[in-house]
Amino acid sequence: MCGIVGLFLKDKALEPKLGAMLSEMLISLSDRGPDSAGIAIYGAPTGNEAKITIQSAKPERDFRGLDAELAKAIGVPVSVAVKSTHAVVRTKPDKIDEARETIRALRPDIRIMGAGDVVEIYKEVGLPEAVVERFDVRKMTGTHGIGHTRMATESAVTTMGAHPFSTGADQCLVHNGSLSNHNNVRRELVREGMTFETENDTEVAAAYLSSQMAHGKNLGEALEGTLSDLDGFFTFVVGTKNGFGVVRDPIACKPAVMAETDQYVAFGSEYRALTKLPGIDNARVWEPEPATVYFWEH
Amino acid sequence: MPATRLSKTAAHDHASRVFDLDAMSLRELNQALHRLTPGSNETAWEVLNPKGSHSVAVGVDQPVSIDVRGSVGYYCGGMNDGAAITVHGSAGPGVGENMMSGSITIKGDASQYAGATGRGGLLVIEGNASSRCGISMKGIDIVVHGNIGHMSAFMAQSGNLVVLGDAGDALGDSIYEARLFVRGKVNSLGADCIAKEMRTEHLELLQGLLDRAGVTGVKPAEFKRYGSARTLYNFNIDNADAY
Repeated sequence: MCGIVGLFLKDKALEPKLGAMLSEMLISLSDRGPDSAGIAIYGAPTGNEAKITIQSAKPERDFRGLDAELAKAIGVPVSVAVKSTHAVVRTKPDKIDEARETIRALRPDIRIMGAGDVVEIYKEVGLPEAVVERFDVRKMTGTHGIGHTRMATESAVTTMGAHPFSTGADQCLVHNGSLSNHNNVRRELVREGMTFETENDTEVAAAYLSSQMAHGKNLGEALEGTLSDLDGFFTFVVGTKNGFGVVRDPIACKPAVMAETDQYVAFGSEYRALTKLPGIDNARVWEPEPATVYFWEH
Repeated sequence: MPATRLSKTAAHDHASRVFDLDAMSLRELNQALHRLTPGSNETAWEVLNPKGSHSVAVGVDQPVSIDVRGSVGYYCGGMNDGAAITVHGSAGPGVGENMMSGSITIKGDASQYAGATGRGGLLVIEGNASSRCGISMKGIDIVVHGNIGHMSAFMAQSGNLVVLGDAGDALGDSIYEARLFVRGKVNSLGADCIAKEMRTEHLELLQGLLDRAGVTGVKPAEFKRYGSARTLYNFNIDNADAY
């Protein structure tokens, strides 16, 4: 099963409510996947900082003093905002790759959830309600976001096996389904120089899109490629720094409903996820067609 | 009709039982529907705030009318045996799955496998249906005002599927004796499904289905009929290499 949601705001007035809206959407689909849950929120760009979301099984040990040690190592100011098992590291955009490598060296047990100018990613084992509470997601503001509640079928129930998966700056993906050729595609991407954190099929889909976009394709073209290059069942919802996309495989077993108004574009595995959105009764509601790419950009 | 019956009917119009799913649980609704006995006076039901709930009004076996005000999730009206259910919104996957008799009308769209395995009754979808509409249908009649998606009427055994719009890929794959009537374009036909001659008896049958579904302004002659070429029924030694 699994439940996935996405929300792309057109109306700036809704931005302070993004976290609350996306949280309710995800919680409404809790019975589609009780194993783990995750959410990615795209905040407003500040222009002079970039972010790395990190996670640790022992946050008190790993996050203490990290800001000072990291600042000293890379030579620019660093802030570390801790939220339970996660923390958001902020520093200068041109130092982000160096910061990432230095975190790995300073704290080998820390896992990198994702990085970019605007994205923050929170995911843990547990129900959506617990994950939303733990990371105070309802208070988060932003322009768009995606979420996932997982019923694991393909790899272990762990924090790292939870969605969203992020494999490029400000890129992330949630998936309902299972891929059958992910080992082959992973081997090809490794040959290209991509690295993987898990054995999970969805991470391969995320890395495939990152690779396509790194080769100059836009989000829509990259999503189009999944239809010929990925084999298996999938409904993907994808976020980029300024974009939001949806694609379903040609068989389209995995459910999907979308809604659009002047204020937002929303995605849910089921209509239940959309019922609390403002103006839903007058929204254009439709089931995305199989093998058809939908995407929006700010 | 005897006068007493008439007065009872009139009384019911004023006394439809209202279930607000914001205030009551789905289980309470379905249990109340399942407790109905033959001849019950509670013949009109209204369901408010379904908000995509699963399994609304499944397994009803009395001839009552149920109006659902809003959109429903999975399996609405599944196994229906005699009720007249109207969804004033859209329906999620598996609406009317294994319906036995009665009717279900969806004012909006229906998601995948609408009417799957249905044995009888009438399913009307006033919007579009999605993939696998009427999969393995076994006697149900389905009328779709809009389009249907891919793999519809897969292994359809009997009954009628009427589509006023277009059909997606692989219509009627491995079909048995169901009749398919499509007014628009068919993207592709599935294995062993072929276009067939529309004879007088089919035009009459189709007119009856359109009438029952409340379709007006559409003529049976505007449709094409599709059905089984009957080449997959029995093992054919010439096909041995394919197994």
